Amino acid sequence: MTKSPQIMVVASAGGHWVQLMRLRPAWAGLDVTYVTTDPGLKSVVMPATGSEPQGRVAFFTVTEGNRWQKRKLIKQLFQLFWLIARKRPQLILTTGAAPGYFALRIGKFFGARTLWIDSMANAEELSLSGRKIQRHADVCLTQWEHLAQNDSPQYWGSVL
Amino acid sequence: MIFLTVGTHEPFERLVKAVDTWVGANPDQARFFGQITEHGYRPEHFPFIDRLSPTEYQTRFDEADLIISHAGMGTILTALSKGKPVVILPRRGHLSETRNDHQYTTVKHLGHRQGVYVAQDETELGAVLSNALSNMTDETHARVSDVAPVSFTNALRTFITQT
Repeated sequence: MTKSPQIMVVASAGGHWVQLMRLRPAWAGLDVTYVTTDPGLKSVVMPATGSEPQGRVAFFTVTEGNRWQKRKLIKQLFQLFWLIARKRPQLILTTGAAPGYFALRIGKFFGARTLWIDSMANAEELSLSGRKIQRHADVCLTQWEHLAQNDSPQYWGSVL
Repeated sequence: MIFLTVGTHEPFERLVKAVDTWVGANPDQARFFGQITEHGYRPEHFPFIDRLSPTEYQTRFDEADLIISHAGMGTILTALSKGKPVVILPRRGHLSETRNDHQYTTVKHLGHRQGVYVAQDETELGAVLSNALSNMTDETHARVSDVAPVSFTNALRTFITQT
């Protein structure tokens, strides 16, 4: 059997996380590290002891922070930097928001492939983070077909 | 039980007040419970909590017959996948309830789905809530899947596993 690629999937708690959970079949059975902002979400993704025959699952949290909380955002940035420097994922996928943006920028620095999935909540324009990450991410997706462009963002489908 | 939730991040006074007014005027209609964050208006007519852990949130959601919410993607997706009717009032950008008007556009694009009841502003909330409650007995909602369509997750998997 070929070795699983090391994947990191990132979403802040709330709607971004709910969307990430709906994408789980995309990495089922592979080695995956979940990163979010609420420790209480661990029980959602960690398999019961001894029940997982394939694919290692890890779970980490970083500080919650939005664009109005600069100090918390800086802390979040450093936490993500150390986590990614240590885990060295080959691929980072995110549904947003702030921690996903940072993780993709840091991941790019360490040579990971990066995929941004803009939240389904952005039905008439890409999110601000989405527009800012576009030229850095390998692939930037919108979940609304009418927002897709020839080059980027692309439309591959939606979580619903 | 009717579960009011305003999301994890910010208070939503217009919605909490409108629900409180409705419950005050219709005291025997149903049991309400609210999750309203630590800021803003405190309801007088139903019990509430500032925050819920993910597990507690899931329990409240599962127990509820009807959800009342802001137009957050997480709540809408969870309500659809659990087959629960949901009454939503979008947060508005010009009232500084969100940074922009994305909840207003969410409602425009998803508000037509079965089991989704939209109040465009707080003055409509009472009537929309009454309508949703009166539909509850004879309406069963098809649940949407817990996961994204397989065409999307397959496309993602292909990208993830290519070296």
